[in-house]
Amino acid sequence: MLTKRIIPCLDVKDGRVVKGVQFVGLRDAGDPVELARVYDKEGADELVFLDISASHEGRETMVDVVRQVAAELAIPFTVGGGINKLEDMKRVLRAGADKVSMNTAAVLRPELISEGADYFGTQCMVVAIDAKWEPELNAWRVYTHGGRTQTEWDAIEWAKKAQEMGAGEILLTSMNADGSKKGFDLPLTKAIGEAVTIPIIASGGAGSGEDFIEVFRVAQADAALAASIFHYKETSVSQVKNLLKDNGVAIR
Amino acid sequence: MIGIIDYGMGNLYSVSKALERLGFDYFVSEDEEELAKANGLLLPGVGSFRDAMAILVESGLKTFIEKEVEAGKPLLGICLGMQLLFEGSVENGETPGFSFLPGKVKKFPYKDQSGQAYKIPHMGWNKLKRQQPGSFLLNEVSDEHVYFVHSYYVDTDNRDVLLATSDYSEEVPAVVGKGNVFGTQFHPEKSSHAGLTILKNYAEYVERNDV
Repeated sequence: MLTKRIIPCLDVKDGRVVKGVQFVGLRDAGDPVELARVYDKEGADELVFLDISASHEGRETMVDVVRQVAAELAIPFTVGGGINKLEDMKRVLRAGADKVSMNTAAVLRPELISEGADYFGTQCMVVAIDAKWEPELNAWRVYTHGGRTQTEWDAIEWAKKAQEMGAGEILLTSMNADGSKKGFDLPLTKAIGEAVTIPIIASGGAGSGEDFIEVFRVAQADAALAASIFHYKETSVSQVKNLLKDNGVAIR
Repeated sequence: MIGIIDYGMGNLYSVSKALERLGFDYFVSEDEEELAKANGLLLPGVGSFRDAMAILVESGLKTFIEKEVEAGKPLLGICLGMQLLFEGSVENGETPGFSFLPGKVKKFPYKDQSGQAYKIPHMGWNKLKRQQPGSFLLNEVSDEHVYFVHSYYVDTDNRDVLLATSDYSEEVPAVVGKGNVFGTQFHPEKSSHAGLTILKNYAEYVERNDV
């Protein structure tokens, strides 16, 4: 049986992990390669690196990070941030990343997804969607530019469009839940999951191990992503996986 | 020495580094003369069956690989590289493959026997079911999880070529082999312990096969 995946996410700027990660015993808590190794040992099923560098040099440094992670670890990982054209995909995928994640660039030009899918296959194409519930519209709207810009896209419609263009997976972040630590956005995750046939990674809101049980059981997510809950040692990947196992969720 | 066949259809870096970590010699090449010096070959591949086969035919590598396999040289196909070892694919119209192994590459049906829809690609960690636990390729491998990512799978009536399978609505051939030709549907270099062990077992077999 296919298992549910737990995915820690690391924000990397100019080759360094930002948002202080609290691990004892690390020589260098800002080193993405060392952190990746720690998460691999804890049983992470995949990793996501979000490159938030603003400069060209920062992006080049990210390619070095990708190369080092690929050289050392035997688990898959996705790189997002700064993927605006086919060349950007080639750079990180050839350096050893397994998937690329696109967000704003895909909304601005959905053909980007099919260009990547034609070249590398749909399985490498992750479309990241930042969605927010708009009560007056009675719908989830897609936001771009790090959540600053509201678009005309309904989140469900955009997810369908992304799949049609060749996305192999959707990384779905609830802007309502993100940072709340009150659990994943179950209605959003369920709604998007039912609208498409590609896997969904739920993101935003993880505050405890129980939240993971719900997102898999109630919302039928295929994978769940979290950052701070793992970085700040509120729980660990292995604790979450043990809890899931005790509750009958299929995990590795 | 393992020769990794570079025909522009795959992520060669991760698998190269995995062999390096395991302590085996390898080189990456697209040149027949160079590849002919290898004791064993590795055929990677991601993307479309048709594009991959077209490149192999056009570059002459298809004929070269056939000749080498015929002469007894070990070959391991990974992911799409494994699917190419079979008779052909229905992806984007019928495309013939190497036909080293019996079976055809098909798209996963989107619904299971009970009519229930399921997610495609088959993406994530799924458990191996060893069909031939005695195969050298599965030495020190238990029914562990490996990382799959594919939308097409091999459909075969010939159970002799199935070394290990995995269940995803259909029975998915995960590790296959016959004679000196082998394949893994998953990426061993991304499949933690089981994947690396299979890669090591293949590399050791290549060394034993040193001719």
